[in-house]
Amino acid sequence: MMQRPAWWMLIPAALGLLVFVVVPFVCSFGMSFTDLALGSPHPVRWVGFQQYQRLAADPSVARALTNNLIFAVVITPLQTALALFLACVLNRPGWRLGGFYRSLFFAPVVFPMSLVAVIWRYLYAPGASGAFNQVLNALSLGHWQPRDFLHDPQLALPSLMLLSIWQGVGLQMVLLLAGLQQIPADLYEAAALDGSSPLLRFRFVTLPMLRNTLIFTALMTTILAFRVFDQVQILTHGGPAGATTTLMFELVRSAFERLQMGRACALTVVFVIIVVVLTGVQRFLLRQKSL
Amino acid sequence: MRDGLVAALACVYLLPIATLFGGSLAQDGLGNYGSVLQRIDFLTLLCNSLVISGFTVGIGTLINSMAGYALARTTFPGRQAALAVVLLCMVIPFEAVAVPLFYAVSREGLRDTLSMQILPFVANGFSIYMFYTFYLDFPRELEEAARLDGAGPWQIYSRVALPNSKPALATNAVITLLSSWSAYLWPLLVTAGPQARPLSLAIATFLATPPLHWGQIFAFGVLMVTPVLLLFLRLQRHFQPNALTSGIK
Repeated sequence: MMQRPAWWMLIPAALGLLVFVVVPFVCSFGMSFTDLALGSPHPVRWVGFQQYQRLAADPSVARALTNNLIFAVVITPLQTALALFLACVLNRPGWRLGGFYRSLFFAPVVFPMSLVAVIWRYLYAPGASGAFNQVLNALSLGHWQPRDFLHDPQLALPSLMLLSIWQGVGLQMVLLLAGLQQIPADLYEAAALDGSSPLLRFRFVTLPMLRNTLIFTALMTTILAFRVFDQVQILTHGGPAGATTTLMFELVRSAFERLQMGRACALTVVFVIIVVVLTGVQRFLLRQKSL
Repeated sequence: MRDGLVAALACVYLLPIATLFGGSLAQDGLGNYGSVLQRIDFLTLLCNSLVISGFTVGIGTLINSMAGYALARTTFPGRQAALAVVLLCMVIPFEAVAVPLFYAVSREGLRDTLSMQILPFVANGFSIYMFYTFYLDFPRELEEAARLDGAGPWQIYSRVALPNSKPALATNAVITLLSSWSAYLWPLLVTAGPQARPLSLAIATFLATPPLHWGQIFAFGVLMVTPVLLLFLRLQRHFQPNALTSGIK
């Protein structure tokens, strides 16, 4: 039985969504077909698909998209596997250490990314006195040559990925743990009575029951890989030579440093298309019955 | 072997955290904390962060839970359409609207204000949807008694539903707080000076301002993360990760 109409209770939220989400979202599309620039004395011109044509021809945009793609392709499986491993190990009722580990692995989630980037800049310090260089030197018994992680074209992007995983795995772990706890215990008992090994139980009970949580969190991580910005801006500024530039970094550079709003909006639209496609894939997979 | 692997991972995990807290006492010990307060106007930055996050969480929780309740429990023309809009807004990340908003804020001379770091984040499709699914499962018997007493939707929402929504409120508050306290991109765009800057952005400017003194930088970091860490530990009991995946069932 429904209550009396109360549409007015929607008004504050609806107003907020309208002014700060719907209208600017529509504006993004409109502005991407113009040459709008902040503070420019010239009147705004309608330029059709010119901004998009320029983006397509711009090697730094291609580089950014490639980096985002590498980020997503590397991070999603790694982080999901690590989170799944931790969740399975920590899902042990009555284990004293479990609570400690859970809090420890979740703690970085509470750290703002800017703080994470600052801490890791210290750890990645170049030269023999840098923290990681020291650790690697000790582990390799003195065979490690000190590297400048954040300024090395080969190492810069993986270095950013590592700290992103450090910060991101906890949330995924907690979501998977919640999923694990919803699996009815009698499924495991039945499987154990059948004499199946722990590995078989993981394959035929845990994985199918966790399927939706896994898909949800994996695609959440993929989408986040296309939103990477803070650590790039603080640690590498897209360098060395574009090795760590990302879509968001290019977007902010267009809007903020060059004040080219039209171009930045075209990049926004590209970003939106990627996110919408990934969300579509997510929803589609969640609706399927099996993998 | 599994336990050994977890212990090894825990060590790797602990290293950056230990670096932060240990490093904040290196060189000048507790003097690092005093130096931070001397070198920059830390209190202003802290107040900015507290005001921005406090209002975003407070107003946001109120209006989003109100909207979620109205969608779940009342009927009105256009309810289905409103629900569809909420679902759409859920998919749109903030970055997708940042440029037009930045343009509008710059043109209207609203940079360096706290309100422009609060208002855009108050109404949130994800929060509304979370409350909507929560109130769909809310036991109707609780509301029925109030309704028979002649209470309207507002009274039932504020006197019955809200006081019984602790898990949803806590979960929503934690998520909103974490994202608000970490805001970086938007404050970078809309603050030119320190007067309206939050801590999350200021730590990066502090890092970039010579002299580079890691003890002080880490002390800044500890001061910045401690409030959220404490609050999270307090709310942890009510925090329900399940709510985050409410859309997948």
